[in-house]
Amino acid sequence: MDQSLRELYQEVILDHSRHPRHFGALDNATHKADGHNPLCGDRITIMLALDADGRVADIKFQGKGCAISQASASMMTEMLAGRTQAEAQKLMDGFLHLVKGEDAPGLSPDDREYLDVMSGLSEFPMRVKCATLAWHTFKNAVEEGKNTVDEGATGGSAA
Amino acid sequence: MTAAAKITPAFDVEKARADFPILSRQVYGKPLVYLDSGASAQKPRQVLDAMTRFAETDYANVHRGVHYLSAAATDAYEAARRTVQKFLHAAREDEIVFTKGGTEAINLVSYGFLAPRIQPGDEIVLSVMEHHSNIVPWHFLRERHGAVLKWVDVRDDGSLDIEAVDAAIGSKTKLVAITHMSNVLGTVTPLQQIVARAHAKGVPVLADGCQGAVHEIIDVQALDIDFYALTGHKIYGPTGIGALYAKRVHLKAMRPFNGGGEMIREVSKDIVTYAEPPARFEAGTPPIIESVGLAAAMDYLMALDRAAVKAHEHDLLTYTRERLRDFNWLRVIGDAPGKGAIISFEAEGMHAHDLATILDREGVAVRAGHHCAQPLMERFGVASTSRASFGLYNTRADVDALVASLAKAREILG
Repeated sequence: MDQSLRELYQEVILDHSRHPRHFGALDNATHKADGHNPLCGDRITIMLALDADGRVADIKFQGKGCAISQASASMMTEMLAGRTQAEAQKLMDGFLHLVKGEDAPGLSPDDREYLDVMSGLSEFPMRVKCATLAWHTFKNAVEEGKNTVDEGATGGSAA
Repeated sequence: MTAAAKITPAFDVEKARADFPILSRQVYGKPLVYLDSGASAQKPRQVLDAMTRFAETDYANVHRGVHYLSAAATDAYEAARRTVQKFLHAAREDEIVFTKGGTEAINLVSYGFLAPRIQPGDEIVLSVMEHHSNIVPWHFLRERHGAVLKWVDVRDDGSLDIEAVDAAIGSKTKLVAITHMSNVLGTVTPLQQIVARAHAKGVPVLADGCQGAVHEIIDVQALDIDFYALTGHKIYGPTGIGALYAKRVHLKAMRPFNGGGEMIREVSKDIVTYAEPPARFEAGTPPIIESVGLAAAMDYLMALDRAAVKAHEHDLLTYTRERLRDFNWLRVIGDAPGKGAIISFEAEGMHAHDLATILDREGVAVRAGHHCAQPLMERFGVASTSRASFGLYNTRADVDALVASLAKAREILG
């Protein structure tokens, strides 16, 4: 069996995709955005509530997608709870580096370790967008006025 | 017949495979199993060589110069048109318009034929299994001219009910635009019957032949069809070229689509007059080298026993169905009688993209996604499917590799 496949679809990822954390609707959401990957038809909705200090008090997601996109969304919601927007941005930047196989110096050792299961994606460049959809949708949710992400909007598809 | 007479198979797949250089390569250290010909087919050496030879010896722009090479290139380009004519059994070579692909061919009909004559409330009949290239051009007419799209559903097995098509054609119908072969389901539509029913009501028919032209033997005169669109790259030819067959009477009545060189009779500061079809619809320098490649691909196919090729592809389809029968976690979508060699499926608990990623690492190339057929995905209640589409060069061993890689995917994801 291809080792890189084993790394990509390791138990942690499959567990998150089968039993996503923070899955469902958030009634008291202050921010919300929809994400869409037109290449595969995957859709995601991120809902979150920011507290008075601008921290993520609660966050949930809904949607359908591949194992990678579901696991990534699930892990993201786990990580973002309690973080400020600046911290969230730093995490996201680190994550985007990590999945491309680049150094992610902005990540704390704990965050780096938690996200390590996603680093196998760097061997699968066609699938990076599956993992980044949730993060880009989160970013749009917290930035007012933007509520739809079209991940890979420039990508078409034949036949 | 003597006892020594040797029976040669009508189609020798191993001999054909040797014509396709790419099939001997490996991916991830494994033999390539290419099951994505529905997206784009691989090219035989005959096509690649014809293009190289032409570029090396006879290339120049067409219809422009008086010099030797311009004449040679023009001859090659016009000979390619006659090859397409022959391939489609068209009555006249000037009924063949070169386009950059199937999409442009359909858009040409939308802009050139239908847009000038459509009124708000006029209807265009199409099926739910159309590729986006045979949907979006008609959406343009809906948005810009108030046309109404009339959708014909398919049966649960993916087949098309001719009575449903007939019922959708009414007094306001201006065109029936229908696929010849579904790129997702493999369904082959009863074009002859559709044309007969539509013509009985005075309605012209366009067929999207991007898949159909690859697998079916086309006779546009016998079909009496008005428009037939095809693309080069799915038919073992190059990208960047396709063709529209249109009846002469329609071409004469159509307004030009792109404006530019080649397509004019005369241009002054105040007026412009247009060339006769097909030049009227071929503005600018056309895909010249590609036209030679397309002709070589069609010659390649026509030199084969196409009925035998079809039987071979059908055998692959039957064999795949047989092998997949044990996978009760896999649902095949599309089982119309007489369907072509395309098989779409959904796997329980596995997203098509995850599945395709795992298959890919086994060297098996399949397509995953909505296949540019979102209304059809909606019809079958799926966001995406995985699709294996066969070309003439595929073998039962390819099917075995597909089945083995599916079992592996189940092991990892299931």
